[in-house]
Amino acid sequence: MSDTPGDETRIGVDQWVEQSEDRREKYTGWTAPARRMFDQVSPGWRLALFLLAAAAYPFLVRGSDVRIGITVLLLAMVALGLNVVVGWAGLLDLGYVAFYGFGAYFYAIVASDQLPAHWPTWAAIPVIVATTALLGALLSLPSRRLVGDYLAIMTLFFAQIFLELVRNFERLPFVPDDLDLTGGPNGITGVEPWELFGFEINSQDLFGGVLPNFSRQYYLALIFLALLIMGLHNLNESRTGRAWRALREDTLAAEHMTIPVNRMKLLAFAVGAGIAGLTGAMFAAVQIGVFPTSFTLFFLITMYAAVILGGSGSIPGVVLGAIAIAYVPELLRDPGKAGWLFYIGLGALLYVMVKRWDHVAVTVGSVFVFGLIVRFFSGRIWDESTMGEANDAFMSRLMDDWVLILDAQRDVITNYVFVLAIVGVMLVVVARAWWRIAALVPTLYFAILVWENKLAFEPSITRQLMFGAVLVVMMAVRPQGLLGTRRVEIT
Amino acid sequence: MEFFLQQTVNGVTLGSVYALLALGYSMVYGVLKLLNFAHGEVYMFGAFAGYGVLTVLGGASALSVPVWLAIVLMFLAAMATSSAIGVALERFAYRPLREATRIAPLISAIGASFFLQASALLMFTANSRTYDTPQLIEIQTGIALGPIRVWMVRILVIVSAVVLMILLTLWVNRTRLGKAVRAVSFDREAAAMMGIDVDKVIVVVFLIGSALAGIGGVMVGLVFGRIFHLMGFVAGLKAFTAAVVGGIGSIPGAMLGGLLIGLAEAYTTGYISSTFQNVIVFGLLIAVLLVRPSGLLGRPELVKV
Repeated sequence: MSDTPGDETRIGVDQWVEQSEDRREKYTGWTAPARRMFDQVSPGWRLALFLLAAAAYPFLVRGSDVRIGITVLLLAMVALGLNVVVGWAGLLDLGYVAFYGFGAYFYAIVASDQLPAHWPTWAAIPVIVATTALLGALLSLPSRRLVGDYLAIMTLFFAQIFLELVRNFERLPFVPDDLDLTGGPNGITGVEPWELFGFEINSQDLFGGVLPNFSRQYYLALIFLALLIMGLHNLNESRTGRAWRALREDTLAAEHMTIPVNRMKLLAFAVGAGIAGLTGAMFAAVQIGVFPTSFTLFFLITMYAAVILGGSGSIPGVVLGAIAIAYVPELLRDPGKAGWLFYIGLGALLYVMVKRWDHVAVTVGSVFVFGLIVRFFSGRIWDESTMGEANDAFMSRLMDDWVLILDAQRDVITNYVFVLAIVGVMLVVVARAWWRIAALVPTLYFAILVWENKLAFEPSITRQLMFGAVLVVMMAVRPQGLLGTRRVEIT
Repeated sequence: MEFFLQQTVNGVTLGSVYALLALGYSMVYGVLKLLNFAHGEVYMFGAFAGYGVLTVLGGASALSVPVWLAIVLMFLAAMATSSAIGVALERFAYRPLREATRIAPLISAIGASFFLQASALLMFTANSRTYDTPQLIEIQTGIALGPIRVWMVRILVIVSAVVLMILLTLWVNRTRLGKAVRAVSFDREAAAMMGIDVDKVIVVVFLIGSALAGIGGVMVGLVFGRIFHLMGFVAGLKAFTAAVVGGIGSIPGAMLGGLLIGLAEAYTTGYISSTFQNVIVFGLLIAVLLVRPSGLLGRPELVKV
């Protein structure tokens, strides 16, 4: 023990430096208090709160809206499975949608008139989960040799091959001509609902009409989601979960720490695939049919968008992402709600871009003036540019006199304006300070024009544009997602 | 024999287009170690740009300019559109992620690809278009090759692809900028330290790769006629296959790979089954990846820790 003050100070300094991370405020900004409070709630209580809210949902809405709830829950389940592979083990699996499809087709085949024998649900589900998991394990075998891009592309091929086989099953050389298991492009219809313990989980109501139609399936999905969340939470905290994260961070280092890398990869693929198979079987029963179009790239992107938006690697994040990704587009279907959503989203983006209320006010004012000028000149040049009507009752009164609602040549002009709007967005990203606001004004106007003239009537295209943009923007702005934790990759 | 020759010509035509696309993948992978998933969409927009020019000029049956001029203009428009999209992709989807984790640019690329697909759906709708080339160039024209006759358009496609590849090889091997591209592919950091403007090199690579993809798009339109908003996805996958089979990062490898994939696809269609051609081609690729991950002409990558 030395009592020279210099030494003690040095030790203190070292500790001070070492602990500096702990002293730093984890959250900043106006959301900090809420997020600190969220951190103090234990995972069990978080799940309980979520389940309480989710269980109350069917009481509050009409029957058709319960269906949206089922979509959300199924997406959450399958996204949690994807999260095991991508978020935890760090393996970019682009063939994941095939496992979902495999589960769905498997269930549809054994629970419809495709085969003479119908399997009871209690037997079918375990077999489906086990088979899909096995398929996942098989697909993981190449991942012993392939990493990164190569693994991604190979799994993507797998998804394509799956789709082609399903579409053309009867034409396979070794299949007898009269056996059409998958129904080709027409899919399989008349899939029977699940039946557990003598209780049929069909699309009817519950408790003699107390709860609306579809609530049986809704609660079944909710129960499975809850079980899944608990299971995955425990798995993540276990040795296996730590091993996955280790091989995500640095496979070579993990191997040196005696983690059986190949077995862990195999396990991640198998667990992810099993979850996808289970969800697929549920999906087939809810849809009362399966069709090859459900298992294309589009659904793969939807799953990825859910995982990335919420925060890959975080269970609450993925569930939140699934809710956002599945629920928001449903709002787009109703032009009235979609209009609100669009303008609120635009306002939020505007604020994020300029970050000052006075600048926001200046921009909005300028956009308004810009619109009036455009309208004045285009009305002079070409009468028909102001002839059309805006898409929804409330907004149209506001918009009709301001934004150009085209009548003739609507499609052609909208295309050009769409390109202009995208160029505008690029300029906004590049520009700084006042130049940014100068670029924002026409961009906002063009975006509104495209929306009022076209996007509002094309919810499915809008949804695709949105998902693509979510992936690109999230990666650039916040790769860890809404609830994820930031990772640093050491190279 | 006649059938075999016919399939070979088909395969070489298709292979030339795949090779042009594969060059884009390979060059981008060389400098950025990034799989540019959106490359197929760049090619699709090239095809639509060519179609747009054709329509503006009056359509295939009532052309207002000489045929050769129309085709040149189509190629130029496709090159301009595709390069603009390629450079924009690099600037906005990939450059912000250059120092990010390895998985991030891949996801961004998938997102960009999907966004471009949806944009095409919005702008061009889901209907497919046709170039109607037989109206432009009589299908009987061409040269006799033994028992079969090779259509003029196919010759045009094959010859121009070969010329482009020779020019590209010369450019990469003989010019200063080409040397810079090779240096950046070899080691980006070291190249930067030697005073090479890495950003500029990457932009040039995207520019050239995308222009080649645009040319490929117009070629497909000319030979096979039908273009639609989803055409980029499968073609992109196959071109990437070609790049991998040849050895990713290697320019002669991309050409060889493209040719091989084109021939494999043509023979599969001709002799085995047209329904399962994609399955067989993809299966072939998985086999190549497993047996020789570095491709036919690629060098195995050594990882230093």
